[in-house]
Amino acid sequence: MTKPLLEVEDLRVRFHLRTGIVEAVRGVSFQLGRERLGIVGESGSGKSQTGRAILGLTPPPGEVTAGKLTFDGIDLLTASKRTLRTLRGGRISMVMQDPKYSLNPVMTIGEQIIEAYQAHAKASRAEARDKALAMLEAVKMRDPGRVFALYPHEVSGGMGQRAMIAMMLVTDPDLLIADEPTSALDVTVQMEVLRILDELVAERGMSLIFVSHDLKLVSSFCDRVLVMYAGRVVEELEAKHLRQAKHAYTQGLMQCLPTLANDIRPLPVLNRDPSWAQ
Amino acid sequence: MLDIQNLQVVFGTGRLRVDAVKNVSFQVERGASYGLVGESGSGKSTVLRAICGLAPISDGRVSVEGKEVTTPRDQAFYRTVQMVFQDPYASLHPRHTVDRTLSEPLAIHGEKDAEARIVQALREVGLGPSFRFRYPHQLSGGQRQRIAIARALILRPKVLLLDEPTSALDASVQAEVLNLLDELRQKMGLTYILVSHDLAVVAHLCERLLVMRHGEGVEETTAAALRSGKASDSYTRSLIQASSGFSRDGQKTSPALAV
Amino acid sequence: MTGAAPLVQPTGLRAWLLSPEPASRWQARLGRLYLGWRTFTKNPLAVFGLGIVLLLLLVALFAGFLAPYSPVAGGDLRTLRLLPPSAEHWFGTDDQARDIYSRVIYGSRITLWVVLLVSVIATPIGLLVGTVAGYVGGWVDTVLMRLTDIFLAFPRLVLALAFVAALGPGIENAIIAIAITSWPPYARIARAETLMIRNSDFIAAVKLQGASTPRIIMGHVVPLCISSLIVRVTLDMAGIILTAAGLGFLGLGAQPPMPEWGAMVATGRNYLIDQWWVAAMPGLAIFVVSLGFNLLGDGLRDVLDPKAAK
Repeated sequence: MTKPLLEVEDLRVRFHLRTGIVEAVRGVSFQLGRERLGIVGESGSGKSQTGRAILGLTPPPGEVTAGKLTFDGIDLLTASKRTLRTLRGGRISMVMQDPKYSLNPVMTIGEQIIEAYQAHAKASRAEARDKALAMLEAVKMRDPGRVFALYPHEVSGGMGQRAMIAMMLVTDPDLLIADEPTSALDVTVQMEVLRILDELVAERGMSLIFVSHDLKLVSSFCDRVLVMYAGRVVEELEAKHLRQAKHAYTQGLMQCLPTLANDIRPLPVLNRDPSWAQ
Repeated sequence: MLDIQNLQVVFGTGRLRVDAVKNVSFQVERGASYGLVGESGSGKSTVLRAICGLAPISDGRVSVEGKEVTTPRDQAFYRTVQMVFQDPYASLHPRHTVDRTLSEPLAIHGEKDAEARIVQALREVGLGPSFRFRYPHQLSGGQRQRIAIARALILRPKVLLLDEPTSALDASVQAEVLNLLDELRQKMGLTYILVSHDLAVVAHLCERLLVMRHGEGVEETTAAALRSGKASDSYTRSLIQASSGFSRDGQKTSPALAV
Repeated sequence: MTGAAPLVQPTGLRAWLLSPEPASRWQARLGRLYLGWRTFTKNPLAVFGLGIVLLLLLVALFAGFLAPYSPVAGGDLRTLRLLPPSAEHWFGTDDQARDIYSRVIYGSRITLWVVLLVSVIATPIGLLVGTVAGYVGGWVDTVLMRLTDIFLAFPRLVLALAFVAALGPGIENAIIAIAITSWPPYARIARAETLMIRNSDFIAAVKLQGASTPRIIMGHVVPLCISSLIVRVTLDMAGIILTAAGLGFLGLGAQPPMPEWGAMVATGRNYLIDQWWVAAMPGLAIFVVSLGFNLLGDGLRDVLDPKAAK
């Protein structure tokens, strides 16, 4: 790892609500090279807000501060709106949880991919079309020509999510942020989509931030895992060393899932220690 | 306790006809726990909804305690069979306090002693009396699901229909709710029918289960067989494989994955 | 995805109201009201609107103390007719030598009466028709909604005119006419809300407890529809006041010598050029009260129906 692609230092996301100030992310720091980084946590741990803050997609009452937030040497906090726009969707892409909400319902899938491509690359329509078809093929659509002309409601969840991935990867981004990309899908389809994502990331040498609640999934998919709790990173570890996790929270998260292999009852429950949030 | 024979559920007619459940049969003994596993569109939830009258029984028979159910269901049915829904954020009335939610079934069935029974119901699901006057928005997902379970149990039913009771919850909360369900079944001698997409959850809570796909039963098996990896059907095997997490080996796409 | 406890903790009465563990039904309810009040007071215009409506209430209540003269009996027709605003007659006098200020004050009672009766008659009808149509569905829905459509197809003032023409002029008949013409939009709103609610899990849950249809509609569907209806009714108040004034203006509502604002504007019409105050003062009152209800409605919408705001 020579120079990290993304550097995050003391990232904080605050929401000013009428009940007071809520800090969703409280001082998260990490560096990302050409690797697959997983961010794991339960709902409310701030994992999604971390991903969004990097892209500048924090919803309105939220306020983002950081000691350092740079992408390939560009300071994302001080960058102009224009620079951010070209980065977003161009060099940094994001795949969201549910394709139903992130695809435009009144545009065909092909049109959307073309639009995404032309927004960031100077290309003729014919070129963009070829690129879009190639992309649909890359995400293993059986009949790219047919899918190209379909509207989002005409495809299944798994196909929609693959179309979304195609759209997000068409600009050859350097960094892909995937926020629970498969949790709206059936398990068997989930594996298929992950396999495609895995191949594309490996082929193109992208960096990946994979945000999920599923510790087992993340650790089998990523190289390195950040475990978040109450807006903080409580543990950072190599995915293959997950079994040797030191933090009680990480251990608890792993043990409380029922498995086919072991029949433990009652299931060990997580005793939340207030000191974890400190 | 529960006998389902050749159940069919059809929605719509003509071109819009959807066969949600085609010819599903199974029996559940008193005090047993039975699982229905499948992916979305497999008809597993529809089976549950047909049992309790939220979906039509187009053909076949559903009998509870040896008596075939009537449509509409009578009050005695509702005292025997209750249901817990998947999404605890949608299954509690947003403008009703916990107290109101729990007192409603008692009022409908003209039960006395509401005060004591509400407090007891809260205690049974591991919540203190301090939760009694809260609104749903003041509760976490796990607490909401506990309230939903308390509501289902307050009429002292014998059968509990569980529709993905933990899939909207965090892993650690899921463990708590699963433990609670386990404990309640033993204490009250309840019969469960659990619907889930998660094989591990079903294997944890149920002794026997039916794997469903496209509205049909694919394979009836036992939790013990699942644990030892014995599954005769290829679809069941692919589900088992998928539930063990992502792996970079074995990149071959199984036939079940064809979209 | 928000987590972590708020950094600022309230104390005292506020803490009691905002307590996450209310000890009784009342505390829970009051806490909810207090939260709503806080949202409401965030909007200064809404508070201003509430102020106007409260002022209207007070003025109507204490009209006897506030009005210096009789609203009906005029003074000396030779000397006190059509006087401009002065220290003795703040708003001037009209063609019958009556003090306009006193008449405007007493007129607030009529306005309030109209507003109250219309909302008491129209809201429940709309709510009932809408929720029953939406929840029961099938032919009941078809019949009820076609009926609603028929009422909606007529322009409001024209239908009200027809009713008054049939029943005879008078303030009560005008109120009935307005009420009958204003429920259809409420029925539509209530139906649309009901259609969203009826398939939700919490309705399925109460169905599975064996609740009867009327019980589900009254206890579970109506409470969720009512907030958006209250907002709509409040926003419609201005229109109702204007319709009542319009009927009064046309001579079909309140009959002379009742101090109804619309009828007062109508008499002022004859003197519009030279004695502007005769029409302008009651007109101003209509304007202010309509504005007040509109602002109040906006504020209520923020509180009761957050998704509709903006």
